[in-house]
Amino acid sequence: MSSNATPDASVFVAKTSGGRITDFVDQRVGGSGILREFGRKVFPDHWSFMFGEVALYSFVILLLSGTFLTFFFDPSMAETHYAGSYTPLKNVEMSVAYSSSLNISFDVRGGMFMRQVHHWAALLFVASVSVHMLRVFFTGAFRKPRELNWVVGSVLLILSMAAGFTGYSLPDDLLSGNGLRIIDGVIKSIPVIGTYTSFFLFGGEFPGTMIISRLYMLHILLVPALILLMIVMHLFMVVVHKHTQYPGPGRNDGNVVGYPLGPVYAAKAGGFFFIVFGVVAIMAAFFTINPIWNYGPYDPSPVSAGTQPDWYIGFVDGALRLMPGTIGDWKVEQVWFGYMFTFNVLLPALVPAGILFTVMFAYPWIERWITKDNREHHVLDRPRNAPTRTAIGMAGFVWYCVMWAAAGSDLIATHFHVALNDVTYWLRALFFIGPVIAFIVTKRVALALQRKDREIALHGRETGRIVRLPHGEFIEVHAPLDEYKRYKLVGFESPAPLPAVPNEHGVVDRKEKRRAKLSRWFFEDRVAPATPAELEAAHGHHGAHEAVEAAESQKTLSH
Amino acid sequence: MGNHSDGGPNDSGTVATAGQNEVEKFQDPGIPPHRLRLADTDPKAAKKAERQVALLFGISVVGTLIFLVAYFAIDLGHDSPIATIRLQNALLGIGTAFAMLGIGTGIVHWAKALMPDHEVSEERHAIRTEEDRQAAVRIVDDIVEETGIKRRPLIRNTLLGAVALAPLPALAIFGDLGPRPDDKLAHTLWAPAPDGRLKRLARDPDGTPIKAADVTMGSAFHVIPEGLNELSEGKLNEKAKSVVLLMRLDPELLNPSPGRADWAYNGIVAYSKICTHVGCPVALYEQQTHHLLCPCHQSTFDLTQQCKVIFGPASRPLPQLPIAVDSEGYLVATSDFHEPVGPTYWEREQHVLERNA
Repeated sequence: MSSNATPDASVFVAKTSGGRITDFVDQRVGGSGILREFGRKVFPDHWSFMFGEVALYSFVILLLSGTFLTFFFDPSMAETHYAGSYTPLKNVEMSVAYSSSLNISFDVRGGMFMRQVHHWAALLFVASVSVHMLRVFFTGAFRKPRELNWVVGSVLLILSMAAGFTGYSLPDDLLSGNGLRIIDGVIKSIPVIGTYTSFFLFGGEFPGTMIISRLYMLHILLVPALILLMIVMHLFMVVVHKHTQYPGPGRNDGNVVGYPLGPVYAAKAGGFFFIVFGVVAIMAAFFTINPIWNYGPYDPSPVSAGTQPDWYIGFVDGALRLMPGTIGDWKVEQVWFGYMFTFNVLLPALVPAGILFTVMFAYPWIERWITKDNREHHVLDRPRNAPTRTAIGMAGFVWYCVMWAAAGSDLIATHFHVALNDVTYWLRALFFIGPVIAFIVTKRVALALQRKDREIALHGRETGRIVRLPHGEFIEVHAPLDEYKRYKLVGFESPAPLPAVPNEHGVVDRKEKRRAKLSRWFFEDRVAPATPAELEAAHGHHGAHEAVEAAESQKTLSH
Repeated sequence: MGNHSDGGPNDSGTVATAGQNEVEKFQDPGIPPHRLRLADTDPKAAKKAERQVALLFGISVVGTLIFLVAYFAIDLGHDSPIATIRLQNALLGIGTAFAMLGIGTGIVHWAKALMPDHEVSEERHAIRTEEDRQAAVRIVDDIVEETGIKRRPLIRNTLLGAVALAPLPALAIFGDLGPRPDDKLAHTLWAPAPDGRLKRLARDPDGTPIKAADVTMGSAFHVIPEGLNELSEGKLNEKAKSVVLLMRLDPELLNPSPGRADWAYNGIVAYSKICTHVGCPVALYEQQTHHLLCPCHQSTFDLTQQCKVIFGPASRPLPQLPIAVDSEGYLVATSDFHEPVGPTYWEREQHVLERNA
């Protein structure tokens, strides 16, 4: 046993003062181990992986700009007379919340800019979360082992909408007040507890004097805290799973191919934060968002035409618009047992959003059940290589977009000079047939693209050059692919339908039959990847053109 | 493409599926060979890229300066015109954009042009190993054993009961978030004063009473009850229930149902302005068609049919306010609305029955 007191030759002594500080910290937190683990961790690269980064960075921008705004905003609904520098509203009676929002805009230097940054970043945040989720869905990144991270992401989508809506209402201007009025109407339509819920939320009758300060607490404390918690869980799982990668040569479910975190990936990802911030700053500089001074303070009496919520609430608002309140002389709203069942509000407010979010949360398990696929997937699907999933996704997307478009039905009518009623009738029809058309078209397009891939893999790509053969025939020269490019087109799985299998009692139960039926629906239309044998055959088939292609291939390969 | 088709249209689609797994597959050729960039081989190109990165960082510095100058040089004194604020906002934004984009594009350019761009491959590791699982199971078993919770069901059951009940106070404590609704939603300021005096119809927002003679054919008024503006508390709450639209049309066009014949005066009718759908103000009056349109969700009500819904998501007609003229010629409400106004709520029908009992 050596004594601790004797200096050990192997003990590290830092030479510079910076080194000594680093060493001090390292000895106490074990930074070397962390750096050893993560410093060169490999991240795959693809432009579509940026959406998640945009979401994360816009959230950081929201925290920064939001903190600034809280120093000046006063969430009080007490009455005051405006005394700031925006003359058109001078002496107008309004709430302190609205007055302080005006002061941020007109009397705090940079306040207008921060409001603009905050609102644009919020719109971008929800948008990037949504697009990121579309990317994850269409590439199959939600499959094992990432199902739970998909759920965390879905929760983040809901939270981002909640954050957006609570913030949207805070300035207490005419537009946001009407938004709250609609929320109040929807809440009141809830059976049994609706009226009480409304009174509890607003602290009495609408609008009361409590709602802004309550929403403020939710907006700056509870919702961001939950979002932060979910982001931590989300990123933790990304580290545990390591990132997915697109299919390609050298990539398989057992490895991860990409750039090391330090320096390239960290530089690209870190630099990207500044780019996102810069783009938000440009939008804030030149594009007015939510000019609350034009709307005036909230008043239950006036309203302006063309009122619209922020984009992410649009699909619910659109669904509310699409629902007919009367069908002929039959009222959709019903009195049963002396109580009101407000189906004309309840159904559109809850059912479409309910279906969208339920399917979204459950989808990884639905597909897992149908395919009986319990393997880990780290290589993504190209959307065309999973035609049915892609078609389901597009059907849902189109359904969402129809409702979203309906939220602007009046603007569609005025901009395109068509009758408002006709716009609504068309959108009502599209609400039902739009997803069906989207499903069929998407599936056919995906299969066609797969066939195109086969064609290219087997026969090479078209060069656009026409050659006349000695006997007079014209052909277009096709350049064969190199093996790397070809592997990208053929290196995928094309699962066949799984027939029903008897369980341990030797019985094919009803559930299994249903699963087999769905499996057939999922996979019956499919295009198998090209095989080497087919490539061989394709070359034999070419026969006469072989010589021309061989002569051309050298040239075309090199560019 | 014709001579390279993979067969006719019938057999080019669904390709043979049987025994696909046995079919030989293309072998993974591995990561493609790395291609050098210009800056990797040409020192001049590398130097150029270096200067470009430095230039971008320099642009960022300029952006920061623009921001600071715009912040301090433009003073938002009192009554500064909106153009000044616009200018400052644009300059602050441009400054920030340059400052951020300079750094961002600089770093990314640096990474792409000068840092090594070799793709490397790393093995993935099992997220859970069987060895870890067994060790974890043993640990959990030991913990459960040491607590003795399985052997002592009394402890387990009382704990479960206590934990199940403990959150109840956390729910109950929110009981004072709001008052009981009771029948607050069924009453508005239009009810006659306790001394029997009828409420006059007043202009929104200034509160001056309206004479029947002021209401010309085809005109429309936004109306609040007399005395609303003098309320010191709950003004918006009352206004949210009591705003009314007043219109005059040819009495021939009105088709009052029995019992409502004396609710209008000389073709002047008053209807609640709060949409029966989700409560937006039905603010648009189409004078020619006698339709009222809610701008939020486009519910459309027909004045000539007692504001019956003719389009959109609302189910119920707008409630009508019975009006008459007092001795001085002012329009007055002869009673409160006969039904609750605004969006439907669960107990509404009870309140309708109470009002008309």
